[in-house]
Amino acid sequence: MALLEVENVRRSFGGLVAVDKTTFQVAPGQIKAIIGPNGAGKTTLFNIISGLLRPDSGRVTFHSRPVTGLKPYQIARLGLSRTFQNPSLFLRMNVLENVMVGRHSRSRWGFAGCCLRWPGQPREERNIRDTAMAQLDYVGLAPLAHCPAGALAFGQRRMVELARALATEPTLLLLDEPASGLNTKEKEDLGQLIRKIRDRGVTVLLVEHDMKLVMDLADDIVVLHYGIPIAEGPPSVIQSDPKVISVYLGGEVQADSAGGELSAKWSQSP
Amino acid sequence: MTRLRQLLPFALFALAMVATQGLLRALEMEYCLTQLTMALYYAIVVIGLCLVMGYAGQVSLGHGAFFAIGGYTSAVLTTHDFSRFKAAGWAGGLKQLHVFVGQQDLFGNQIMTVSPWAAFFAAMLLTLVVATLIGYPALRLKGHYLAMATLGFGLIVNKTVLGTAAFGAADGINGVPEWTLAPGLTICGKSAARVSNYYIAATLVLALLLLLRNLLHSRVGRALQAIHDRETAANAMGIDTAAYKLRAFVLSALLAALAGVFFTHYTAGIGPSEAGALKSVRYVALAAAGGMANLWGVTVMSTGLNYLSLRGLFGSYDHAVFGVILILIISIAPDGPLKPLGKWMGGLASRLRPEGRREHGAA
Repeated sequence: MALLEVENVRRSFGGLVAVDKTTFQVAPGQIKAIIGPNGAGKTTLFNIISGLLRPDSGRVTFHSRPVTGLKPYQIARLGLSRTFQNPSLFLRMNVLENVMVGRHSRSRWGFAGCCLRWPGQPREERNIRDTAMAQLDYVGLAPLAHCPAGALAFGQRRMVELARALATEPTLLLLDEPASGLNTKEKEDLGQLIRKIRDRGVTVLLVEHDMKLVMDLADDIVVLHYGIPIAEGPPSVIQSDPKVISVYLGGEVQADSAGGELSAKWSQSP
Repeated sequence: MTRLRQLLPFALFALAMVATQGLLRALEMEYCLTQLTMALYYAIVVIGLCLVMGYAGQVSLGHGAFFAIGGYTSAVLTTHDFSRFKAAGWAGGLKQLHVFVGQQDLFGNQIMTVSPWAAFFAAMLLTLVVATLIGYPALRLKGHYLAMATLGFGLIVNKTVLGTAAFGAADGINGVPEWTLAPGLTICGKSAARVSNYYIAATLVLALLLLLRNLLHSRVGRALQAIHDRETAANAMGIDTAAYKLRAFVLSALLAALAGVFFTHYTAGIGPSEAGALKSVRYVALAAAGGMANLWGVTVMSTGLNYLSLRGLFGSYDHAVFGVILILIISIAPDGPLKPLGKWMGGLASRLRPEGRREHGAA
């Protein structure tokens, strides 16, 4: 039983078809990666899954529920959380408050209750704070809890965003290029962290350009080219797929010889 | 301990209010309390605007109109003679419930009007409905559609008031009765009640600030700030952004109407200029002058500047002064003058200290 099903999704912007004929599934507990050259439609696909964009046709099912047409906040409440390609923290808040926003859908007091500090509301507020702090600790940023979010380095912003996404208690986590802008050490830490997140029961779907990371991490890979999936399978299969090789190395190439070249290329960090 | 520190500004504010009254009494200038009371009521509008502009990141150019809706609803209901319904059964029932009360009009005739309390609730209800109708379509869109919608709405209210005899047209409504909140606490413009009215206004402002402080330091406040910073990310984190923007706007409109009701009873009347676009722009200027997302700054700046304006300090340049303030704030100090001033004073203080602690200035 798949956790997420994307069925024949299509989305165009004006005359440009960004995503088309895209069908794949994400099984619970796996780390799945979507790869493809720039402009392949990966982020568009993420935006469709998380509800920021509506597909022109096709459907997305999450936890066996059709979610096409739902607003992002409704999909988030069903247990899907995400990070963005450019870390989008709330820059007027401190690090801890950013993560506390992630607890929004898991808390309930409204305008009146919060104004009046109604019995129960202060306790919920403490709960939000404690849970958020635990998530920050999980990604190793607890010491920075009270820093303004705008003062953080790029890599740290990514981690705060990840903690914020985890604070929503997702069953599926979408990571949009989590490793871009990170140095080698940070990338290694990220890889370990993503595995740790998967091991605690969160399914991960990620878009990533760093092939070494993807090949190390992913159980399963979908390759998009001009918005259309051209291959799907475990890393070893993808590395020797002739269509993938021609997309990444260009032109018509002999599969047997180029396969080795590609896997050699992908085992180094770019 | 932290709770005590959070409450410290409130204690200081209360102290400042008492000290002001004491000082004015010592100087035999207690008549100034009248304008100060009015300025405090206006400050409530700006505090509400601060919620919408500083936290939810939306601009409203119609808060003068909401103030007027509150004031006019109260004024009409508490001065209009409903005697012709006297015979009707429902009117008798409402009289039993003290919704209708008998009183004398300006010429000593016995008339039947709506009680101030009932009029207050009617004003709040009407504002709730109107603000929802304006805000719902405008806030489902991203961008500054609310500013345009409220600007148009403000003009409509202004022209409607000016062109309707029942609202007193250009003269407005006079002879609004006093409002007894509780035995001994009456909102009216009599000089004997000047001090008590000043404290009613100050307490109201203080109470609202406390409630809003609680709100802003909660999941709701964080949600509003998140929307202001990055609406897309806020939505993806599970926040119903459209609903939160609408609720913040409606709450803020209710605060403006609340101020309008109190103000109208205090000054015993209301005029069409309260609904004018220039008034709404003035509220925006004051919110900007206070630093937008800064409840205390907004309260202090708006009370101070409105007080000076009501004392007639700006003469016939009144509206122009607030226009200039808005331009200066936007071009020189977008966070309001108080924060840079505070930093400057902090830097000055650390330089004056003999051991010269540099890190304070750097922070």
